[in-house]
Amino acid sequence: MEAVSNFLASDLFYRFRKSPVAVVAFIVTALLVLSALFAPLIAPQNPFDAGSLNLMNGFSKPGEPNQFTDETFILGTDDQGRDVFSTILYGLRISLFVGFSAVMFAMVLGSVLGLVAGYTGGRTDTIIMRIADIQLTFPAILVALLIFGIAKGITPPSYRNEVAIWVLILAIGLSDWVQFARVVRGATLVERNKEYVQAAKLIGRKPMAIMLKHILPNTLGPVLVIATISLALAIIAEATLSFLGVGAPPTQPSLGTLIRIGQGFLFSGEYWILLYPALTLLALALSVNLLGDWLRDALNPKLK
Amino acid sequence: MTPPLLSVRELVIKFPNRHGALTAVDGVSFDLAAGEVLGVVGESGAGKSLTGSAIIGLLDPPGHIASGEIYLKGERIDNLPAEDMRAIRGKRIGMVFQDPLTSLNPLYTIADQLIETIRTHLRLSMREARQRAIRLLDDVGIPAASRRIDDYPHQFSGGMRQRVVIALALAAEPELVIADEPTTALDVSVQAQIIDILKEQCTQHGASVILITHDMGVIAETADRVAVMYSGRIAEIGPVRDIIQNAKHPYTSGLMGSIPTLAQEEDRLVQIPGSMPRLSDIPPGCAFNPRCEHAFDKCRIERPVLIPVDNRQVACWLYEEAEAKGAAT
Amino acid sequence: MTKISAQPDTPLIQVAELSRVFDVSKPWLNRLIEREPKQFLRAVDKVTFEIRKGETLALVGESGSGKSTIAKMLVGLLDPSEGTIVFDGQPMIMDNSARMMELRKRFQMIFQSPYASLNPRWKVADVIAEPMVVLGVEKDSAKIEARVNELLELVGLSAADGSKFPHEFSGGQRQRIAIARALSSNPEFIVCDEPTSALDVSVQAQILNLMRDLQDQLGLTYLFISHDLSVVRHMANRIGVLYLGALVEIADSKQLFKAPQHPYTRMLLDAVPDLEMTGRQRKEVEGEIPNPINPPSGCTFHPRCPFANERCEREVPHWTQTKTGVAACHGVEEGRIPPAEMVR
Repeated sequence: MEAVSNFLASDLFYRFRKSPVAVVAFIVTALLVLSALFAPLIAPQNPFDAGSLNLMNGFSKPGEPNQFTDETFILGTDDQGRDVFSTILYGLRISLFVGFSAVMFAMVLGSVLGLVAGYTGGRTDTIIMRIADIQLTFPAILVALLIFGIAKGITPPSYRNEVAIWVLILAIGLSDWVQFARVVRGATLVERNKEYVQAAKLIGRKPMAIMLKHILPNTLGPVLVIATISLALAIIAEATLSFLGVGAPPTQPSLGTLIRIGQGFLFSGEYWILLYPALTLLALALSVNLLGDWLRDALNPKLK
Repeated sequence: MTPPLLSVRELVIKFPNRHGALTAVDGVSFDLAAGEVLGVVGESGAGKSLTGSAIIGLLDPPGHIASGEIYLKGERIDNLPAEDMRAIRGKRIGMVFQDPLTSLNPLYTIADQLIETIRTHLRLSMREARQRAIRLLDDVGIPAASRRIDDYPHQFSGGMRQRVVIALALAAEPELVIADEPTTALDVSVQAQIIDILKEQCTQHGASVILITHDMGVIAETADRVAVMYSGRIAEIGPVRDIIQNAKHPYTSGLMGSIPTLAQEEDRLVQIPGSMPRLSDIPPGCAFNPRCEHAFDKCRIERPVLIPVDNRQVACWLYEEAEAKGAAT
Repeated sequence: MTKISAQPDTPLIQVAELSRVFDVSKPWLNRLIEREPKQFLRAVDKVTFEIRKGETLALVGESGSGKSTIAKMLVGLLDPSEGTIVFDGQPMIMDNSARMMELRKRFQMIFQSPYASLNPRWKVADVIAEPMVVLGVEKDSAKIEARVNELLELVGLSAADGSKFPHEFSGGQRQRIAIARALSSNPEFIVCDEPTSALDVSVQAQILNLMRDLQDQLGLTYLFISHDLSVVRHMANRIGVLYLGALVEIADSKQLFKAPQHPYTRMLLDAVPDLEMTGRQRKEVEGEIPNPINPPSGCTFHPRCPFANERCEREVPHWTQTKTGVAACHGVEEGRIPPAEMVR
């Protein structure tokens, strides 16, 4: 509790309160995340339970009672009678799950590699950083597609849909770890010359202990900022991949998949199948991005 | 009585923060005569660097002069627009900073930097300016000045760089030179050389000096008068010899006692308990009172003003009665 | 100063011909293209000294003197390139053997920067407890806590400070925490690397007094590194003067100031500002410290020495006994150096 009250009194929270952009972005993100978490409770229907669907509900307009069944759906339904509002809520779940997991994966992988590279130096450092450099020459999406292709090749077709989400996480994570590694390596290089690290070496602590217990906690500040911005980018990356057809499958659609599905109906007049998922994605990516930007400026001691 | 070269009156410097404002310098007043070297000494956080920055108009925002006046030869300079202040800076007031590495632009030769400063403030041709620059470098003791003037800063050692910085400060014949910790980043043997050069050159060029430092030893060797600062205020101000050998303010005498010297025979150093208060926690009355063994009630309530005692001024209520007695007789 | 306690005969620390060379060559590719040879910096050059139990030996020098490098080698943070270090009869070889782990309990270090020497993310109590925990001096968590509190009080802080973070303390207080940490494993020998250089003068006085009190109380042996002769006079029994990585003079503390033998020692003393306002005239100090990568030949001080002769340019001087200790100077050996008129 003391930590909470310390935080509320802190400079960081003060600047947060004073920044309308940060507050709004935070509220929107929080709303979306909570909606996704509680989707099963909030959604009027489970759109992926085939049994609960009624084909006759298909193509209902938003807010208007369906001409056949008289049911009303606030955001309309798609071609299969799925309530768009519910699909968005479940889609958010996938998008956020993939986004968070990918960033977590990239963060852990990148931080560990950056830590080892920075602390050990020498050849290990050179090797890790050259791998990182090489990977950076490939666009992230390309790397992801590559991994997808490989995954598709080695997975038996019946498992493909189930595995797709994990492959997606792996692909986005692998394309993203480099920036974490760079930042952590930079921070490690600075910290390892400081006297508190020398004090630990003096008493004979092993390098692993020094890295994890002493240096790592001091590299996390900038990592947090990058993670937040990465999250926005990961969500968009996931949406892009799903839109291209190599991401989340229609059985577990993310917002990107929904957009792809909706795109097919845009010009036949059922705009709502595309519009609302797209707006949700926009709101999510934008608010997370703005939050990350604000956090980076707020935590930057030079701008104070 | 010739008017003083520089006159600072009740200078107050504040830093706004979310709770209001922090007062870093609180009512500092002093005069500087032409040709004099005034030392401003104090520990970190006392406000001495800020005072120097305020005089030359280089206070980093959000710090600002909240009240008070600064007069250079009778003209007010603290409220000038930026353009006018720029004309004064360099021409009439020169500055020597602590770190010779960052005071000089690494991308330009010494010649470029010196000539630029000279020609900005004096009407001289390129050739004349260059000759003047070489002479300046010679004066500050750079060997083979005419050749070395075309070198870059990184080709000089730390001590040499600081000499160049002094030359730069004096390039346009300023009336006042403000030196902020000019020797702190240098080795001991080089420190001695630099303070000698500083004093000698400033005297030769007729410039007065404000020497800001935490090192009493440097003050002892260089300054004519000294102002001891504590928590943004002047505790004691007067001739150097008198203050060093016979400090009146309890902080000054504590400070002098805590400096280890080569002559000292006692075993323990005098130790002032506690530390200088944070800007947000300055006690009412005399800022030094919680740490002062002579403090009494008035010290905790009312802030002392500078009282003349024995050819110097002291801001301490211990001397109020002495002054009253002196006035009565 | 307290008298040296037991065992005046066996020195606690024996350092012989200690040297450290750094490879400061440009990267291989640059050297290949620019056809430059490898470059080496001899930061410490055949330094030999002893420290007796209970005494404080000070090493004084300016930048490039190698004093920090010596400090690091003494506690195992750097490996020597040549020479040996013997601690209480045991060679200091920094491996992970059980013998070395035992030895680690007996020495510690206090660093110069109070801001960088404490991990900003650790609570003060954890910082202080780390040595005793890692070295296995104390295993019971209740006892550890009690000892941490005891140490905090010993250095003039309070037990409640244990749950705070370093940034909540001032520079002087942080240095006290660093001292408490150094005492955590009950060491006998502490290397103090410019422990007060970053502190204000009045705070420095507090810390120096504290260190002396602790030495008296706990029978500690100090190696005190500094560039400030006045501080060193106050703290040390004996003083070693370093120039460009080599020891040029070692003498009893008071004697050094009364009768400095080596010309560099004299120059250093002369350069100390005259706080007593004796109005003494300072001799012109010559030149600056040369580049350590390309030191002068023979006696490295000869370009700046008022007494240098042709032998000084050729030959590296060896130790000569003096009235006050030892000095490495041809002039002293030959009796050429006039006695110094020191007002100390």
